[in-house]
Amino acid sequence: MGEVDTKGVVLLDFWVSAFGQRCRIALAEKGVEYEYREENVLADKSPLLLESNPVYKKIPVLIHDGNPVCESLVIVQYIDEAWPHRAPLLPADPYARAQARFWADFIDKKVRPPYADASHIDYSAVCSQHSLMVSFMYQFYECGTRLWKLKGEEQAAAKKVFIRILMRLEGELGDKKYFGGDAFGFVDVALVPFVPWFYTYETCAGFSVEEVAPKLVAWGKRCMERESVANALSDPHKVYEFAGVLKKRFGVE
Amino acid sequence: MAPPSDDLKLLGSWASSYTHRVQLALKLKGLAFEYAEEDLADKSPSLLLYNPVYEKVPVLLHRGRPVLESVIILHYLDETWPEVPLMPADPYDRALARFWCHFVDDKLGPAVGAVFASPSDGQAAAVEQVHENLRLVERELREGAFAGRRRFFGGDKIGVLDIVLGCGSYWLAVFEEVMEVKLVDPEAFPLFHSWLRDFEEQEEVKAIIPAIDRLLEYARGVRQMMLGLSTRQQ
Repeated sequence: MGEVDTKGVVLLDFWVSAFGQRCRIALAEKGVEYEYREENVLADKSPLLLESNPVYKKIPVLIHDGNPVCESLVIVQYIDEAWPHRAPLLPADPYARAQARFWADFIDKKVRPPYADASHIDYSAVCSQHSLMVSFMYQFYECGTRLWKLKGEEQAAAKKVFIRILMRLEGELGDKKYFGGDAFGFVDVALVPFVPWFYTYETCAGFSVEEVAPKLVAWGKRCMERESVANALSDPHKVYEFAGVLKKRFGVE
Repeated sequence: MAPPSDDLKLLGSWASSYTHRVQLALKLKGLAFEYAEEDLADKSPSLLLYNPVYEKVPVLLHRGRPVLESVIILHYLDETWPEVPLMPADPYDRALARFWCHFVDDKLGPAVGAVFASPSDGQAAAVEQVHENLRLVERELREGAFAGRRRFFGGDKIGVLDIVLGCGSYWLAVFEEVMEVKLVDPEAFPLFHSWLRDFEEQEEVKAIIPAIDRLLEYARGVRQMMLGLSTRQQ
């Protein structure tokens, strides 16, 4: 049994996880006090994590008064509904809510790969004792993975797909301040933690996000002016260092 | 005051369990709508216009505006016409329902699909994946947050998770027959089995799910085509 009080809010997370950062941003926007617990994805999963998320065994997990909530977008919606009186993340209108959910889901579909499609390396064989790490890898590196992992033609193809995704998001954002309009909300929370990863993708694949999606880059900077975002996001160079660690670990060079 | 539902149109496909989810929700809520069958091999301009990102069904049009992705559509229906609620009221229960809906589409559904797509010598591994995922559902029914919740995940009545899990679970029986495998052994998955039986006995569900022989014929056709493709590739 995990050693956590049955009252209060605990977030099981990993420092560079964009999915965990979504939850941190949401909690900060709502002014919710919580205990942050670092899970070391490079080592064994804690008993608390295994018990709280038996289905996926992944972070982030939000534990509220002893009750676990899993899956970052489910967690963000839960945070929005459990603390409804401040900083609503989803708009009030059902149609606007449907649009917000659609784009957050799009980001997840494009960021979280289907297993069959994810990579050429059998990560599970390489690190069977680190399946948290494996699933973490899969989470992060859809096109991103291909961008820094592959070479030549395959990388060029991955770059094309990634640029298309960026352009779609750029189109959806348009001239709005945030994805939902004037108010910072659900889609912004879903996407902004991936902004620090752009540097890694750009450096490995040789392209400029700003050239392809200048409005998106400006939006990223605007979001960083919010304390909740600035406190949650990783430094792009630290992300790049971390990607380097993973590369070595998985023998990708 | 709920808006009239006199401007609802659904673009769907008769064999798509995602389409069935929306049809079932509309039926449960007593909402009238116009239905247009999409030929997915020859997509209509409407489909391409309203769903340029994925070009998939179902697409719900309300007053001409598209709502996409079946679970998002279910949420939209529930929030626009809150009578006969599909989602639970409590935020934690809602989080659970959302999590398990995600699990169905992320893990269970693809695992079942993988059985269907598996070559004859790869079947055992694919079947085991399905069992692994069904075990998680069974455990949740037995010991988890849904334990003792009466007949359905939604309580006495069908809710969003019943709809999402149920519309698609009828493929299990179809694949069992077409692939000659046992996917849902009532002894291994007693709670899931009885839940599914109760779900399929609901009048609204019976009205929506296509007749099993049509599904069998369809599945056999797709399987033949898949096997034909793979032998040609060898």
